[in-house]
Amino acid sequence: MDKLVVEKLDLYYKDFKALKNININIMEKEIVAFIGPSGCGKSTLLKTLNRMNDLVEGCRITGHVTLDGKDIYKDMEINMLRKRVGMVFQKPNPFPMSIYDNIAYGPRTHGVRGKAKLDDIIEKSLRDAAIWDEVKDRLKKSALGLSGGQQQRLCIARALAVQPEVLLMDEPTSALDPISTSKIEDLVVELKKDYTIIIVTHNMQQAARISDKTAFFLLGEVVEYNDTEKLFSMPMDKRTEDYITGRFG
Amino acid sequence: MTKWKEKFMEFIFLIAACTSVMAVVLICIFLFANGIPAMKEIGFLNFLLGEKWKPSNNIFGILPMILGSIYVTAGAIVIGVPIGVLTSIFMAKFCPKKIYTFLKSSIELMAGIPSVVYGFFGLVILVPFVRETFGGHGSSILTASLLLGMMILPTIVGVSEAALRAVPDQYYEGALALGSTHERSIFFVVLPAAKSGIVAAIVLGIGRAIGETMAVIMVAGNQARMPAGILKGVRTLTANIVIEMGYAADLHREALIATAVVLFVFILIINLSVSVLNRRS
Repeated sequence: MDKLVVEKLDLYYKDFKALKNININIMEKEIVAFIGPSGCGKSTLLKTLNRMNDLVEGCRITGHVTLDGKDIYKDMEINMLRKRVGMVFQKPNPFPMSIYDNIAYGPRTHGVRGKAKLDDIIEKSLRDAAIWDEVKDRLKKSALGLSGGQQQRLCIARALAVQPEVLLMDEPTSALDPISTSKIEDLVVELKKDYTIIIVTHNMQQAARISDKTAFFLLGEVVEYNDTEKLFSMPMDKRTEDYITGRFG
Repeated sequence: MTKWKEKFMEFIFLIAACTSVMAVVLICIFLFANGIPAMKEIGFLNFLLGEKWKPSNNIFGILPMILGSIYVTAGAIVIGVPIGVLTSIFMAKFCPKKIYTFLKSSIELMAGIPSVVYGFFGLVILVPFVRETFGGHGSSILTASLLLGMMILPTIVGVSEAALRAVPDQYYEGALALGSTHERSIFFVVLPAAKSGIVAAIVLGIGRAIGETMAVIMVAGNQARMPAGILKGVRTLTANIVIEMGYAADLHREALIATAVVLFVFILIINLSVSVLNRRS
Protein backbone atom coordinates (compact mmCIF):
# COMPACT_ATOMS: atom_id res chain seq x y z
CA MET A 1 0.00 0.00 0.00
CA ASP A 2 1.26 3.48 -0.77
CA LYS A 3 2.01 5.39 2.41
CA LEU A 4 3.49 8.56 0.99
CA VAL A 5 3.00 9.81 -2.53
CA VAL A 6 4.85 12.75 -4.02
CA GLU A 7 3.33 14.05 -7.22
CA LYS A 8 4.69 16.64 -9.64
CA LEU A 9 6.47 18.41 -6.84
CA ASP A 10 8.43 21.57 -7.63
CA LEU A 11 10.14 23.46 -4.84
CA TYR A 12 11.59 26.95 -4.99
CA TYR A 13 13.87 28.83 -2.66
CA LYS A 14 12.93 32.35 -3.75
CA ASP A 15 13.76 32.15 -7.49
CA PHE A 16 15.93 29.08 -7.32
CA LYS A 17 14.18 25.89 -8.33
CA ALA A 18 15.60 23.31 -5.93
CA LEU A 19 13.33 20.36 -6.81
CA LYS A 20 12.00 19.67 -10.28
CA ASN A 21 8.97 17.54 -10.98
CA ILE A 22 9.47 14.93 -8.29
CA ASN A 23 7.25 11.83 -8.44
CA ILE A 24 7.82 9.14 -5.83
CA ASN A 25 5.63 6.51 -4.21
CA ILE A 26 6.69 5.12 -0.87
CA MET A 27 5.14 1.89 0.34
CA GLU A 28 4.24 1.14 3.90
CA LYS A 29 6.95 -0.51 6.05
CA GLU A 30 9.65 -0.06 3.53
CA ILE A 31 13.05 1.54 3.84
CA VAL A 32 13.72 4.03 1.09
CA ALA A 33 17.14 5.61 0.68
CA PHE A 34 17.75 8.96 -0.99
CA ILE A 35 21.24 9.20 -2.42
CA GLY A 36 23.06 11.74 -4.55
CA PRO A 37 25.82 14.34 -4.40
CA SER A 38 25.66 17.33 -2.04
CA GLY A 39 23.14 19.96 -3.01
CA CYS A 40 21.11 17.59 -5.18
CA GLY A 41 17.91 18.18 -3.24
CA LYS A 42 17.58 14.92 -1.30
CA SER A 43 17.48 16.60 2.12
CA THR A 44 15.17 19.26 0.73
CA LEU A 45 12.66 16.64 -0.36
CA LEU A 46 12.94 14.91 3.01
CA LYS A 47 12.17 18.15 4.82
CA THR A 48 9.20 18.70 2.56
CA LEU A 49 7.64 15.47 3.79
CA ASN A 50 7.16 16.80 7.34
CA ARG A 51 7.01 20.44 6.27
CA MET A 52 10.18 21.48 8.07
CA ASN A 53 10.83 23.51 4.92
CA ASP A 54 8.11 25.86 6.06
CA LEU A 55 10.75 27.37 8.35
CA VAL A 56 12.90 28.40 5.40
CA GLU A 57 12.11 31.88 4.27
CA GLY A 58 11.08 32.15 0.64
CA CYS A 59 10.43 28.45 0.26
CA ARG A 60 7.33 27.47 -1.69
CA ILE A 61 6.12 24.37 -3.45
CA THR A 62 3.76 23.34 -6.17
CA GLY A 63 2.41 19.83 -6.65
CA HIS A 64 1.13 17.40 -4.05
CA VAL A 65 2.42 15.30 -1.20
CA THR A 66 -0.09 12.90 0.28
CA LEU A 67 0.05 10.74 3.39
CA ASP A 68 -2.50 7.92 3.31
CA GLY A 69 -4.23 9.76 0.50
CA LYS A 70 -4.48 13.09 2.33
CA ASP A 71 -2.66 16.18 1.10
CA ILE A 72 -0.19 17.16 3.85
CA TYR A 73 -0.25 20.82 2.82
CA LYS A 74 -4.00 21.17 2.60
CA ASP A 75 -5.93 18.53 4.48
CA MET A 76 -3.77 18.07 7.52
CA GLU A 77 -2.90 20.10 10.57
CA ILE A 78 0.86 20.64 10.59
CA ASN A 79 1.53 19.42 14.13
CA MET A 80 -0.51 16.29 13.49
CA LEU A 81 1.53 15.72 10.33
CA ARG A 82 4.76 16.02 12.31
CA LYS A 83 3.46 13.65 14.95
CA ARG A 84 2.75 11.07 12.25
CA VAL A 85 5.95 11.75 10.31
CA GLY A 86 8.85 11.83 12.76
CA MET A 87 12.33 13.07 12.01
CA VAL A 88 15.88 12.30 13.07
CA PHE A 89 18.39 15.00 12.25
CA GLN A 90 21.89 14.85 10.86
CA LYS A 91 23.48 16.17 14.02
CA PRO A 92 22.17 14.49 17.18
CA ASN A 93 20.06 17.16 18.89
CA PRO A 94 18.93 15.93 22.29
CA PHE A 95 17.37 18.73 24.34
CA PRO A 96 19.50 20.06 27.19
CA MET A 97 17.45 18.20 29.80
CA SER A 98 17.36 14.75 31.33
CA ILE A 99 17.16 11.59 29.23
CA TYR A 100 13.72 10.95 30.69
CA ASP A 101 12.43 14.42 29.86
CA ASN A 102 13.82 14.22 26.35
CA ILE A 103 11.71 11.18 25.58
CA ALA A 104 8.73 12.43 27.59
CA TYR A 105 8.60 15.74 25.71
CA GLY A 106 6.77 14.36 22.67
CA PRO A 107 4.13 12.33 24.51
CA ARG A 108 3.51 15.21 26.92
CA THR A 109 3.06 17.51 23.95
CA HIS A 110 0.37 15.23 22.63
CA GLY A 111 -1.47 15.06 25.91
CA VAL A 112 -0.13 11.95 27.64
CA ARG A 113 -0.30 12.48 31.41
CA GLY A 114 0.44 10.26 34.37
CA LYS A 115 3.79 8.94 35.47
CA ALA A 116 3.03 5.25 34.97
CA LYS A 117 1.94 5.80 31.40
CA LEU A 118 4.95 7.96 30.62
CA ASP A 119 7.31 5.48 32.27
CA ASP A 120 5.97 2.77 30.00
CA ILE A 121 6.35 4.83 26.86
CA ILE A 122 9.85 5.84 27.83
CA GLU A 123 11.01 2.31 28.50
CA LYS A 124 9.45 1.00 25.31
CA SER A 125 10.90 3.80 23.17
CA LEU A 126 14.36 3.37 24.62
CA ARG A 127 14.19 -0.40 24.14
CA ASP A 128 13.01 0.03 20.56
CA ALA A 129 15.92 2.35 19.92
CA ALA A 130 18.31 -0.22 21.42
CA ILE A 131 19.63 2.11 24.07
CA TRP A 132 17.65 1.06 27.17
CA ASP A 133 20.41 -1.03 28.71
CA GLU A 134 22.90 1.80 28.39
CA VAL A 135 20.76 4.48 29.98
CA LYS A 136 18.26 2.76 32.28
CA ASP A 137 20.28 3.66 35.39
CA ARG A 138 20.73 7.29 34.46
CA LEU A 139 17.36 8.40 33.14
CA LYS A 140 17.43 11.51 35.31
CA LYS A 141 20.88 12.55 34.10
CA SER A 142 21.41 15.10 31.35
CA ALA A 143 21.16 13.74 27.84
CA LEU A 144 24.13 15.88 26.85
CA GLY A 145 26.43 13.55 28.82
CA LEU A 146 25.87 10.71 26.35
CA SER A 147 28.26 9.89 23.50
CA GLY A 148 27.37 11.01 19.97
CA GLY A 149 26.11 7.58 18.95
CA GLN A 150 24.03 7.26 22.11
CA GLN A 151 22.63 10.74 21.59
CA GLN A 152 21.53 9.81 18.09
CA ARG A 153 19.79 6.65 19.31
CA LEU A 154 18.18 8.76 22.04
CA CYS A 155 16.88 11.07 19.32
CA ILE A 156 15.47 8.06 17.51
CA ALA A 157 13.81 6.95 20.75
CA ARG A 158 12.44 10.46 21.17
CA ALA A 159 10.96 10.33 17.69
CA LEU A 160 9.48 6.87 18.35
CA ALA A 161 7.88 7.99 21.60
CA VAL A 162 5.14 9.91 19.78
CA GLN A 163 4.32 6.74 17.80
CA PRO A 164 4.89 8.04 14.31
CA GLU A 165 4.02 6.09 11.19
CA VAL A 166 6.86 7.35 9.06
CA LEU A 167 10.40 8.10 10.19
CA LEU A 168 12.54 10.54 8.23
CA MET A 169 16.27 10.27 8.81
CA ASP A 170 18.56 12.97 7.48
CA GLU A 171 22.05 11.46 7.22
CA PRO A 172 21.66 10.11 10.74
CA THR A 173 25.11 8.53 10.86
CA SER A 174 27.25 11.13 9.13
CA ALA A 175 28.45 12.54 12.46
CA LEU A 176 29.12 9.13 14.02
CA ASP A 177 31.96 6.62 14.28
CA PRO A 178 31.75 3.25 12.44
CA ILE A 179 30.59 1.26 15.48
CA SER A 180 27.77 3.65 16.29
CA THR A 181 26.91 3.75 12.60
CA SER A 182 26.52 0.00 12.42
CA LYS A 183 24.36 0.01 15.57
CA ILE A 184 22.06 2.59 13.99
CA GLU A 185 21.91 0.65 10.73
CA ASP A 186 20.89 -2.52 12.57
CA LEU A 187 18.33 -0.50 14.44
CA VAL A 188 16.85 0.95 11.25
CA VAL A 189 16.43 -2.52 9.76
CA GLU A 190 14.80 -3.63 13.01
CA LEU A 191 12.42 -0.66 12.99
CA LYS A 192 11.20 -1.52 9.50
CA LYS A 193 8.76 -4.00 11.11
CA ASP A 194 6.68 -1.15 12.45
CA TYR A 195 7.63 1.97 10.55
CA THR A 196 8.03 3.34 7.09
CA ILE A 197 11.52 4.79 6.94
CA ILE A 198 13.08 7.27 4.57
CA ILE A 199 16.77 7.79 4.99
CA VAL A 200 19.00 10.33 3.29
CA THR A 201 22.56 9.16 3.08
CA HIS A 202 25.85 10.11 1.50
CA ASN A 203 27.04 6.62 1.96
CA MET A 204 26.10 4.36 -0.93
CA GLN A 205 27.14 1.21 0.89
CA GLN A 206 24.75 2.19 3.64
CA ALA A 207 21.92 2.61 1.16
CA ALA A 208 22.74 -0.75 -0.40
CA ARG A 209 22.94 -2.47 2.99
CA ILE A 210 19.72 -1.36 4.55
CA SER A 211 17.21 -0.01 2.02
CA ASP A 212 14.53 -1.71 -0.04
CA LYS A 213 14.32 1.04 -2.59
CA THR A 214 16.69 3.79 -3.57
CA ALA A 215 16.16 7.11 -5.28
CA PHE A 216 19.11 8.75 -6.97
CA PHE A 217 18.97 12.54 -7.03
CA LEU A 218 20.91 14.89 -9.25
CA LEU A 219 20.48 18.66 -9.56
CA GLY A 220 17.01 18.68 -8.06
CA GLU A 221 15.68 15.76 -10.08
CA VAL A 222 15.08 12.13 -9.32
CA VAL A 223 17.15 10.45 -11.99
CA GLU A 224 16.22 6.94 -11.01
CA TYR A 225 14.00 5.32 -8.40
CA ASN A 226 14.00 1.57 -8.17
CA ASP A 227 14.53 -1.48 -5.98
CA THR A 228 17.87 -1.00 -4.28
CA GLU A 229 19.20 -4.25 -5.62
CA LYS A 230 18.35 -3.37 -9.20
CA LEU A 231 19.52 0.21 -8.92
CA PHE A 232 22.95 -0.85 -7.71
CA SER A 233 23.39 -3.93 -9.90
CA MET A 234 22.03 -2.67 -13.19
CA PRO A 235 21.26 1.02 -13.18
CA MET A 236 19.07 2.11 -16.10
CA ASP A 237 20.48 5.60 -16.38
CA LYS A 238 24.04 6.38 -17.36
CA ARG A 239 24.24 9.10 -14.70
CA THR A 240 23.25 6.69 -11.94
CA GLU A 241 25.89 4.27 -13.10
CA ASP A 242 28.53 6.98 -13.14
CA TYR A 243 27.61 8.00 -9.61
CA ILE A 244 27.46 4.58 -8.01
CA THR A 245 30.70 3.51 -9.63
CA GLY A 246 32.33 6.61 -8.25
CA ARG A 247 32.99 8.49 -11.44
CA PHE A 248 31.67 11.70 -9.93
CA GLY A 249 30.14 13.07 -6.76
CA MET B 1 63.51 51.25 17.28
CA THR B 2 60.35 49.23 16.61
CA LYS B 3 61.09 47.07 19.60
CA TRP B 4 61.34 50.11 21.83
CA LYS B 5 58.06 51.39 20.41
CA GLU B 6 56.32 48.12 21.11
CA LYS B 7 57.56 48.05 24.67
CA PHE B 8 56.38 51.59 25.16
CA MET B 9 52.91 50.88 23.78
CA GLU B 10 52.65 47.76 25.92
CA PHE B 11 53.42 49.91 28.93
CA ILE B 12 50.69 52.39 27.95
CA PHE B 13 48.14 49.57 27.65
CA LEU B 14 49.20 48.20 31.01
CA ILE B 15 48.73 51.60 32.64
CA ALA B 16 45.29 51.92 31.06
CA ALA B 17 44.29 48.52 32.37
CA CYS B 18 45.66 49.28 35.82
CA THR B 19 43.71 52.53 36.07
CA SER B 20 40.35 50.82 36.31
CA VAL B 21 41.65 48.21 38.72
CA MET B 22 43.22 50.98 40.80
CA ALA B 23 39.91 52.84 40.87
CA VAL B 24 38.14 49.80 42.30
CA VAL B 25 40.92 49.20 44.81
CA LEU B 26 40.91 52.83 45.95
CA ILE B 27 37.14 52.82 46.36
CA CYS B 28 37.38 49.67 48.45
CA ILE B 29 40.10 51.13 50.64
CA PHE B 30 38.21 54.38 51.09
CA LEU B 31 34.96 52.63 51.95
CA PHE B 32 36.34 50.09 54.33
CA ALA B 33 38.86 52.41 56.00
CA ASN B 34 36.12 54.89 56.82
CA GLY B 35 33.18 52.58 57.25
CA ILE B 36 34.52 49.75 59.36
CA PRO B 37 35.69 51.95 62.29
CA ALA B 38 32.28 53.62 62.31
CA MET B 39 30.55 50.26 62.41
CA LYS B 40 32.82 49.24 65.27
CA GLU B 41 32.05 52.38 67.20
CA ILE B 42 28.31 51.97 66.73
CA GLY B 43 28.54 48.22 67.20
CA PHE B 44 28.11 45.86 64.22
CA LEU B 45 24.79 44.48 65.36
CA ASN B 46 23.45 47.83 66.50
CA PHE B 47 24.35 49.21 63.11
CA LEU B 48 23.06 46.39 60.90
CA LEU B 49 20.04 45.38 62.95
CA GLY B 50 19.17 48.66 64.65
CA GLU B 51 15.65 49.73 63.81
CA LYS B 52 16.16 53.41 64.51
CA TRP B 53 18.11 55.95 62.52
CA LYS B 54 18.35 59.16 64.53
CA PRO B 55 21.62 60.89 63.73
CA SER B 56 20.82 63.81 66.05
CA ASN B 57 20.63 61.38 69.00
CA ASN B 58 23.64 59.41 67.75
CA ILE B 59 21.47 56.37 66.96
CA PHE B 60 22.53 54.76 63.75
CA GLY B 61 20.56 51.61 62.86
CA ILE B 62 20.27 50.94 59.14
CA LEU B 63 17.93 47.96 59.18
CA PRO B 64 15.07 50.16 57.87
CA MET B 65 17.19 51.12 54.88
CA ILE B 66 18.44 47.58 54.27
CA LEU B 67 14.85 46.36 54.27
CA GLY B 68 13.81 49.36 52.20
CA SER B 69 16.35 48.51 49.52
CA ILE B 70 15.37 44.85 49.58
CA TYR B 71 11.63 45.54 49.38
CA VAL B 72 11.92 48.09 46.61
CA THR B 73 14.24 45.82 44.65
CA ALA B 74 12.01 42.80 45.17
CA GLY B 75 9.04 44.82 43.98
CA ALA B 76 10.98 45.92 40.92
CA ILE B 77 11.81 42.29 40.19
CA VAL B 78 8.19 41.20 40.58
CA ILE B 79 7.13 43.87 38.10
CA GLY B 80 10.11 43.97 35.78
CA VAL B 81 11.05 40.31 35.38
CA PRO B 82 7.82 38.91 33.91
CA ILE B 83 7.45 41.86 31.55
CA GLY B 84 11.12 41.83 30.64
CA VAL B 85 11.42 38.09 30.06
CA LEU B 86 8.20 37.93 28.05
CA THR B 87 9.33 40.92 25.99
CA SER B 88 12.62 39.20 25.26
CA ILE B 89 10.80 36.03 24.19
CA PHE B 90 8.61 38.09 21.91
CA MET B 91 11.57 39.90 20.43
CA ALA B 92 13.70 36.83 19.90
CA LYS B 93 11.04 34.44 18.65
CA PHE B 94 7.72 36.03 17.72
CA CYS B 95 8.40 39.56 16.57
CA PRO B 96 7.74 40.47 12.93
CA LYS B 97 10.81 42.10 11.40
CA LYS B 98 9.10 45.42 10.85
CA ILE B 99 8.21 45.90 14.50
CA TYR B 100 11.53 44.53 15.68
CA THR B 101 13.69 47.47 14.64
CA PHE B 102 11.29 49.87 16.29
CA LEU B 103 11.02 47.81 19.48
CA LYS B 104 14.74 47.23 19.75
CA SER B 105 15.61 50.90 19.38
CA SER B 106 12.93 51.97 21.87
CA ILE B 107 14.32 49.60 24.45
CA GLU B 108 17.84 50.79 23.78
CA LEU B 109 16.60 54.34 24.19
CA MET B 110 15.06 53.38 27.54
CA ALA B 111 18.50 52.30 28.71
CA GLY B 112 19.90 55.68 27.80
CA ILE B 113 17.37 57.88 29.58
CA PRO B 114 19.03 59.55 32.61
CA SER B 115 17.63 58.29 35.89
CA VAL B 116 16.62 61.77 37.00
CA VAL B 117 14.26 61.85 34.03
CA TYR B 118 12.74 58.57 35.16
CA GLY B 119 12.44 60.08 38.61
CA PHE B 120 10.69 63.12 37.28
CA PHE B 121 8.31 60.95 35.30
CA GLY B 122 7.65 58.97 38.48
CA LEU B 123 7.03 62.11 40.47
CA VAL B 124 4.64 63.65 37.97
CA ILE B 125 2.83 60.55 36.70
CA LEU B 126 3.30 57.54 38.99
CA VAL B 127 3.00 59.24 42.38
CA PRO B 128 -0.42 60.79 41.62
CA PHE B 129 -1.47 57.55 39.90
CA VAL B 130 -0.65 55.43 42.94
CA ARG B 131 -2.23 58.00 45.28
CA GLU B 132 -5.48 58.06 43.35
CA THR B 133 -5.66 54.35 42.57
CA PHE B 134 -4.44 52.73 45.76
CA GLY B 135 -4.53 55.53 48.34
CA GLY B 136 -1.80 56.78 50.68
CA HIS B 137 0.55 59.63 49.90
CA GLY B 138 1.65 58.24 46.61
CA SER B 139 5.34 58.18 47.47
CA SER B 140 5.73 54.58 48.49
CA ILE B 141 7.37 51.20 48.09
CA LEU B 142 4.86 50.43 45.35
CA THR B 143 5.66 53.58 43.39
CA ALA B 144 9.39 53.02 43.66
CA SER B 145 8.95 49.38 42.61
CA LEU B 146 6.90 50.37 39.58
CA LEU B 147 9.47 52.90 38.49
CA LEU B 148 12.44 50.62 39.12
CA GLY B 149 10.61 47.79 37.37
CA MET B 150 10.54 49.97 34.28
CA MET B 151 14.13 51.04 34.68
CA ILE B 152 15.49 47.50 34.80
CA LEU B 153 13.58 46.43 31.68
CA PRO B 154 16.33 47.29 29.17
CA THR B 155 18.88 45.25 31.14
CA ILE B 156 16.60 42.23 31.47
CA VAL B 157 15.29 42.37 27.91
CA GLY B 158 18.72 42.84 26.36
CA VAL B 159 20.51 40.08 28.24
CA SER B 160 17.61 37.58 28.05
CA GLU B 161 17.15 38.18 24.35
CA ALA B 162 20.82 37.48 23.74
CA ALA B 163 20.53 34.31 25.83
CA LEU B 164 17.49 33.14 23.85
CA ARG B 165 19.19 33.84 20.54
CA ALA B 166 22.23 31.88 21.66
CA VAL B 167 20.16 28.68 21.98
CA PRO B 168 20.98 26.51 18.95
CA ASP B 169 18.15 26.29 16.41
CA GLN B 170 18.44 22.51 16.42
CA TYR B 171 16.62 22.33 19.76
CA TYR B 172 13.73 24.32 18.38
CA GLU B 173 13.63 22.27 15.19
CA GLY B 174 13.85 19.03 17.14
CA ALA B 175 10.80 20.03 19.17
CA LEU B 176 8.84 21.12 16.10
CA ALA B 177 9.62 17.84 14.38
CA LEU B 178 7.88 16.03 17.25
CA GLY B 179 4.66 17.83 16.41
CA SER B 180 5.06 20.49 19.07
CA THR B 181 3.66 23.94 18.32
CA HIS B 182 5.86 27.01 17.88
CA GLU B 183 4.75 28.31 21.29
CA ARG B 184 5.25 25.05 23.12
CA SER B 185 8.66 24.48 21.54
CA ILE B 186 9.78 27.91 22.69
CA PHE B 187 8.39 27.77 26.21
CA PHE B 188 9.33 24.19 27.01
CA VAL B 189 12.56 23.67 25.09
CA VAL B 190 14.19 26.95 24.07
CA LEU B 191 13.37 28.86 27.25
CA PRO B 192 14.73 26.18 29.62
CA ALA B 193 17.84 25.96 27.46
CA ALA B 194 18.39 29.70 27.96
CA LYS B 195 17.71 29.48 31.70
CA SER B 196 21.15 30.37 33.00
CA GLY B 197 21.38 33.41 30.71
CA ILE B 198 17.97 34.60 31.81
CA VAL B 199 18.83 34.17 35.48
CA ALA B 200 21.98 36.21 34.82
CA ALA B 201 19.77 38.89 33.25
CA ILE B 202 17.57 38.95 36.34
CA VAL B 203 20.54 39.21 38.67
CA LEU B 204 21.95 42.09 36.63
CA GLY B 205 18.53 43.72 36.91
CA ILE B 206 18.67 43.29 40.68
CA GLY B 207 22.07 44.96 40.69
CA ARG B 208 20.71 47.86 38.68
CA ALA B 209 17.67 48.24 40.95
CA ILE B 210 19.52 48.10 44.24
CA GLY B 211 22.08 50.68 43.15
CA GLU B 212 19.57 53.15 41.68
CA THR B 213 19.48 56.38 43.63
CA MET B 214 18.12 59.47 41.95
CA ALA B 215 14.85 58.08 40.65
CA VAL B 216 14.12 56.28 43.92
CA ILE B 217 14.66 59.39 46.03
CA MET B 218 12.10 61.23 43.95
CA VAL B 219 9.28 58.73 44.47
CA ALA B 220 9.95 56.64 47.59
CA GLY B 221 9.12 59.12 50.36
CA ASN B 222 12.46 58.55 52.10
CA GLN B 223 11.23 58.25 55.68
CA ALA B 224 13.94 56.58 57.74
CA ARG B 225 11.68 54.15 59.55
CA MET B 226 10.86 50.49 59.32
CA PRO B 227 8.83 49.78 56.18
CA ALA B 228 5.18 49.58 57.18
CA GLY B 229 3.37 48.55 54.01
CA ILE B 230 3.68 48.87 50.29
CA LEU B 231 1.73 52.12 50.21
CA LYS B 232 3.96 53.69 52.86
CA GLY B 233 7.10 55.63 52.24
CA VAL B 234 10.49 54.00 52.57
CA ARG B 235 14.13 54.96 52.43
CA THR B 236 16.74 52.89 50.59
CA LEU B 237 20.45 52.58 51.37
CA THR B 238 21.36 54.76 48.43
CA ALA B 239 18.81 57.41 49.33
CA ASN B 240 20.09 57.46 52.91
CA ILE B 241 23.57 58.35 51.75
CA VAL B 242 22.58 61.04 49.28
CA ILE B 243 20.02 62.78 51.45
CA GLU B 244 22.25 63.25 54.47
CA MET B 245 25.73 63.42 52.99
CA GLY B 246 25.51 67.18 52.45
CA TYR B 247 25.39 68.14 56.10
CA ALA B 248 26.73 65.08 57.92
CA ALA B 249 29.86 65.33 60.03
CA ASP B 250 31.97 63.07 62.28
CA LEU B 251 30.32 59.80 63.25
CA HIS B 252 27.21 60.61 61.25
CA ARG B 253 29.31 61.02 58.12
CA GLU B 254 31.16 57.79 58.83
CA ALA B 255 27.90 55.98 59.43
CA LEU B 256 26.83 57.03 55.95
CA ILE B 257 30.05 55.66 54.53
CA ALA B 258 29.37 52.46 56.45
CA THR B 259 25.98 52.41 54.76
CA ALA B 260 27.85 52.52 51.46
CA VAL B 261 29.96 49.56 52.66
CA VAL B 262 26.78 47.53 53.15
CA LEU B 263 25.55 48.52 49.70
CA PHE B 264 28.94 47.62 48.27
CA VAL B 265 28.77 44.17 49.84
CA PHE B 266 25.31 43.68 48.32
CA ILE B 267 26.60 44.59 44.86
CA LEU B 268 29.62 42.36 45.38
CA ILE B 269 27.41 39.38 46.15
CA ILE B 270 25.28 40.09 43.09
CA ASN B 271 28.29 40.37 40.78
CA LEU B 272 29.79 37.20 42.20
CA SER B 273 26.61 35.29 41.56
CA VAL B 274 26.53 36.57 37.96
CA SER B 275 30.05 35.33 37.34
CA VAL B 276 29.28 31.99 38.97
CA LEU B 277 26.23 31.66 36.72
CA ASN B 278 28.22 32.57 33.64
CA ARG B 279 30.90 30.08 34.48
CA ARG B 280 28.33 27.33 34.92
CA SER B 281 26.80 27.96 31.50
